[in-house]
Amino acid sequence: MSLTTTAPTRTAAPPAAAPRRRAGRKAGTPYAFLAPALILFTAFLAAPIVYAGYLSLRKVKVSGLGLGAKSRTEIWAGFENYARSLSDPDFLPSVYRVGAYGLIVVPAMLGLALLFALLLDANRTRESIGKFARISIFLPYAVPAVVASLLWGFLYLPRVSPINDAIEALGFTAPNLLSTDLTLWAVANIAVWGGTGFNMIVIYTALRAVPTSLYESARIDGASELAIAWRIKIPIVMPSLVMTFVFSLIATLQVFAEPMTLRPLANTISTTWTPLMKVYRDAFARNDLYAAAATSVIIALATFILSFGFLKLVGRRAFNQED
Amino acid sequence: MKIKFAPFMAALTAAALFTTTACSSDTGTENQSDPTEKVELTYWTWAPNMDKVTAAWNAKNPNIQVTVNKQDGGDPAVTKLLTAIKAGSGAPDIMQAEYQKIPTLVSSDAIADIAAEVGPVKDKFPAGIWNGVTLGSEAVYGVPQDSGPLMFFYRSDVFEANGLPAPKTWDDYAAAAEKIHKANPKQYLGTFSANDAGLFTGLAQQAGASWWGVNGDSWTVDINDAATQKVAAYWGGLVEKGVIDNKPMYTPEWNAALNDGTQVGWVSAVWAPGVLDGSAKDTKGKWKAATMPQWDAASPATGAWGGSATSVTTQTKHKKQAAQFVSWLNSDPEALKLLATESFVYPAANDSTSVLTSPPAFFADQPDFYTIAADASKAMKPFTYGPNVNVAYSAFNDAFAKAAEAKKATAFTESLATMQKTTVDDLKNAGFNVTG
Repeated sequence: MSLTTTAPTRTAAPPAAAPRRRAGRKAGTPYAFLAPALILFTAFLAAPIVYAGYLSLRKVKVSGLGLGAKSRTEIWAGFENYARSLSDPDFLPSVYRVGAYGLIVVPAMLGLALLFALLLDANRTRESIGKFARISIFLPYAVPAVVASLLWGFLYLPRVSPINDAIEALGFTAPNLLSTDLTLWAVANIAVWGGTGFNMIVIYTALRAVPTSLYESARIDGASELAIAWRIKIPIVMPSLVMTFVFSLIATLQVFAEPMTLRPLANTISTTWTPLMKVYRDAFARNDLYAAAATSVIIALATFILSFGFLKLVGRRAFNQED
Repeated sequence: MKIKFAPFMAALTAAALFTTTACSSDTGTENQSDPTEKVELTYWTWAPNMDKVTAAWNAKNPNIQVTVNKQDGGDPAVTKLLTAIKAGSGAPDIMQAEYQKIPTLVSSDAIADIAAEVGPVKDKFPAGIWNGVTLGSEAVYGVPQDSGPLMFFYRSDVFEANGLPAPKTWDDYAAAAEKIHKANPKQYLGTFSANDAGLFTGLAQQAGASWWGVNGDSWTVDINDAATQKVAAYWGGLVEKGVIDNKPMYTPEWNAALNDGTQVGWVSAVWAPGVLDGSAKDTKGKWKAATMPQWDAASPATGAWGGSATSVTTQTKHKKQAAQFVSWLNSDPEALKLLATESFVYPAANDSTSVLTSPPAFFADQPDFYTIAADASKAMKPFTYGPNVNVAYSAFNDAFAKAAEAKKATAFTESLATMQKTTVDDLKNAGFNVTG
């Protein structure tokens, strides 16, 4: 109200110039509000990405022994770093390993999260138990991955593991979880333990948003709790499932902290066990930022293609109900 | 105005980064030859209590004041230094540098040749250690501070129970490993750790290997040589037989094994007492230190695991004063005593025997501990590190982890070919001249 009453009085004196000036001020205002976000985005996300892209096309050229003062020069490398990265004999095995890891982690984690969410939701009357269960399932998510890996590492090492002691007290031979065959499962277990709680909360929150009248009418129609879960609840939370799937996919491609923390404990995890570990090795063990940048760009592109490709594939089916 | 202002601002920024305060006073004049001029030097180190050692220097040299800037450790300090060198400012004047990092630092133009400034200190150090700061050339890239001559540590009670003397040769060691493991299948005399490339390098050094070398204006890489083959075949054989363990060192499991008496020996270095003090508390008093088992008992040799030099960076404005401090720190008897008692390092200088009179607490019953260490230090074989030690080390981790897990002696010796190829390929890719 006040805007419409005061504006004409102000513009009354210089009628021609004022509207233009006011338009200019208005056009600038959104940018002023956006500026903090834009500056932070540019400084801490866009610029580093551009710089990584630039580095991936460069390399250091050493001349002779490389001991003189000016024997190192940075030159353009074209796509040489990319070729080297893709043809590195350690790269493809690490990609396959992460693929297998994802096949274990994603279904196990989302399956458990969905199961827990449905169980908690099915029992809406016993709020106190539900609350306790919810918090205890969610709690591992609050444990940082490095700490979780250290905890599990202690449980995996045969000599210090109380679980091994218990199994052996019962007269069985405990398996060595850090042996060649089982390492992948040992690492996957940490991710499932840590990630289930978060996904459970996302799905559970979606379930709580469903009006109870839907279930009441289903019950009147004679549907069992199982049928309600299968026919109503799961289709309704499908968008949440899609979202958690994409998050899990990205987390899988970027798995790093768990194998990195477990690596010194056993012979079975190499320095290039996952693609991101290869990036770390190249950058900080080999001092080759350029190869590391190239591999990072490849991982970023793969993540982008996989997650958006998946969203496009399931998008229409998953989100139809909301339209 | 602008032209004069810019260097002043740069110096001011540099001064702020150096965390020194009086730098700006000498930026305009650059009269570093004036002996009465007061200079302030910054020193990056991760050895404990180094400020107490430098305090002794500062008290006697009012014109050359050294400030210690404590670092997290060898790897992060090198990363920080290389970043500062790339940025053109922010590096300290003086820097602790591990021997195996020196070629990398020289190659990145991070540390300076102080041959002209450092004075006649060469004769104060064992030849094998001095070689580590010259890279076999006329240049001097630092003064050795501490060294880690390899020694052998064993549970004397277990050896006595099995009727075994301390092993004189590697054959003795193998026989002892077998006898101990047969008598008690839970006990091992040692483990082959694929995590510790530094130890394996020391073992190869003992056998006479020198993995890198300079030949004219090109590097040589000789990881897959006869001496290293012998060492790899030896440890691979022990692992294949199952008489020593194949798990890495420095894990909770390994600590537990040292403490509960299932690891009854450790091929390690002079600094081992500190580790055993933490890991094997319950077995204190049962351990003994000995010289390394030998390949040829007639000509004793040893290698190194760890140790570092003190270097002067290329960004310093006071190279001469920095070199003076560095040579005092690592060769003056007063400084050596402080290094040993305050910073708990094993000084590399020959004089260290005179300041290290009582044995470390964990070996309180062994008064000759430092005599053994001094003998080991003198028998150290020369070894040249190259500009890509980290590449070779990470190749070692991966290849030998696989071999240790497979428990095949042939896999051990084949791993050396992988290390050799990875190391040479990396040098060639970067453009270094490489022969062999």
